[in-house]
Amino acid sequence: MQLFIDQVLNGVNIGVIYASVALALVLIYRTTGLLNFAQGELALFSTFITWWFAVEQDVPIWGALLISFVLSFIGGALIERILIRPVEGAHSPLNVVIVTLGMFLAVNALAQLIFIKPGQEALQMPDLFPSGDLAFGIRKSTVGFAVVLIVECVVLWLLLQKTKLGLALRGVASNPESSRLVGINTGNMLMVGWALAAGIGAIAGSLAATRGSGFDSSLMQQILVYSFAAAALGGFDSPLGAVVGGLVVGIADSLTIQYVDALDGIELVVPFVLILVVLLVRPNGLFGRTIVERV
Amino acid sequence: MSTTPMLRLERVTGGYGPVTVLHGLDLEVAEGEVAVILGANGAGKTTTLRAICGILDKVHGDVFFDGSAITKRSTQAIARSGIALVPQGRGTFGDLSVDDNLRLGAMTRKDKGIAADLDRWYDVFPRLSERRSQAAGSMSGGEQQMLAIARALMSRPRLLLLDEPSLGLAPLITKDLFERLGEINRTEGLTMLVVEQNASLALAIANRGYVLETGNIVASGPAASLAADEGVRKAYLGF
Repeated sequence: MQLFIDQVLNGVNIGVIYASVALALVLIYRTTGLLNFAQGELALFSTFITWWFAVEQDVPIWGALLISFVLSFIGGALIERILIRPVEGAHSPLNVVIVTLGMFLAVNALAQLIFIKPGQEALQMPDLFPSGDLAFGIRKSTVGFAVVLIVECVVLWLLLQKTKLGLALRGVASNPESSRLVGINTGNMLMVGWALAAGIGAIAGSLAATRGSGFDSSLMQQILVYSFAAAALGGFDSPLGAVVGGLVVGIADSLTIQYVDALDGIELVVPFVLILVVLLVRPNGLFGRTIVERV
Repeated sequence: MSTTPMLRLERVTGGYGPVTVLHGLDLEVAEGEVAVILGANGAGKTTTLRAICGILDKVHGDVFFDGSAITKRSTQAIARSGIALVPQGRGTFGDLSVDDNLRLGAMTRKDKGIAADLDRWYDVFPRLSERRSQAAGSMSGGEQQMLAIARALMSRPRLLLLDEPSLGLAPLITKDLFERLGEINRTEGLTMLVVEQNASLALAIANRGYVLETGNIVASGPAASLAADEGVRKAYLGF
């Protein structure tokens, strides 16, 4: 029984990261209707920034994370302005998807070029939370991760539900043309969406880098696949769905590794099967909006 | 009293892609009046409103609002300058609540009167008040039409454009709607340009009428004389 509980907690730990990346995916999907394939690699770049400030510049880890968050926020906005907007609204929405795929490769290569010295293998990210157990075998880092996710959710909820900016963001997600008709600059809202997504990605990547024994430039690749599964499970347009989906995928993954020996080494089958099942059974995901229209 | 009309279109041409719908349209709406555009399906009524709001891609000619050219401005800039459109098919934010829809209408405002205006339009449209927290898309067509109009009014526009407000509504609801529109025009002095197929109802609240046929104005004049003109009635109004 203790083993089972341990694995569930382990799943929550990694699930927080899937949930955060899925949140970032959802934020961009809601306003553009497109998946940002570069989300993981952008988070990787942010993670390197956190690491660079924390390790190379001796900034306390939380300070480094804050700096990385702010820089990523600005970077996300700039990417929308410079790389995405010119191809947007052109002939096909696929153009944006192609650009994000290009960024997937380019950002990864750029991050290696800038941050990894030749011959260097894994980088060490300082711990964000003290090691050891809090009580009942619950690791302090798992509690810390969960708190980070809760804070992300509360801040996002307040932003989206309680501010005028959030109302405009929801308006653009719901009906872009009507948004313009009420005077919202939809382009700026897309920019805010990208900025928020990049900021959340910075947190997710930095948390992920503290798990295990060091990280390298492949840190986010597997995580992105699991996060796609999480977003699909929750419904691509639902922030709540992203969080629930992330935790479910994390726990499912963790339990599979423990109990299904047949999948040893090919755990990536789990998110793949999840995506397939969700798309077949509930194409809108658990919390996705089904369009209700009365005329 | 100023002689500049609030809205003036001069030789406006425009359409969708390779198809030109408007062929050099001239049109005026004076401050405080209700003008109505009548015409058959495909005449270019909706396209005219879209040209005014800057939603149409290629518009040639000039659109003046309060004397300044707005032809090249973006849709959101035109909205901010005081023109509100109630689109055909209503264009509500379907998955947002009625309350959020109305607050989005007031997006461009910075004054303190937003809450008071909310209460006021809830008073005018009590059905909306009962459904404040309901998703807009789940309401009936008539309720959504009320919502779209109330949302436009929340921006405190100087010019209200209405695209087929009667579309899909039961006759009694349509009649009620036009009575309310006429009342808002009388009490607020709000200038309106209405596109409508239901000619008799529209002309009843209008000061001025235009008849549109394949992208051209083919008849215009005071609403009363337009409604009385035998030839216009037979050829274009169908009553």
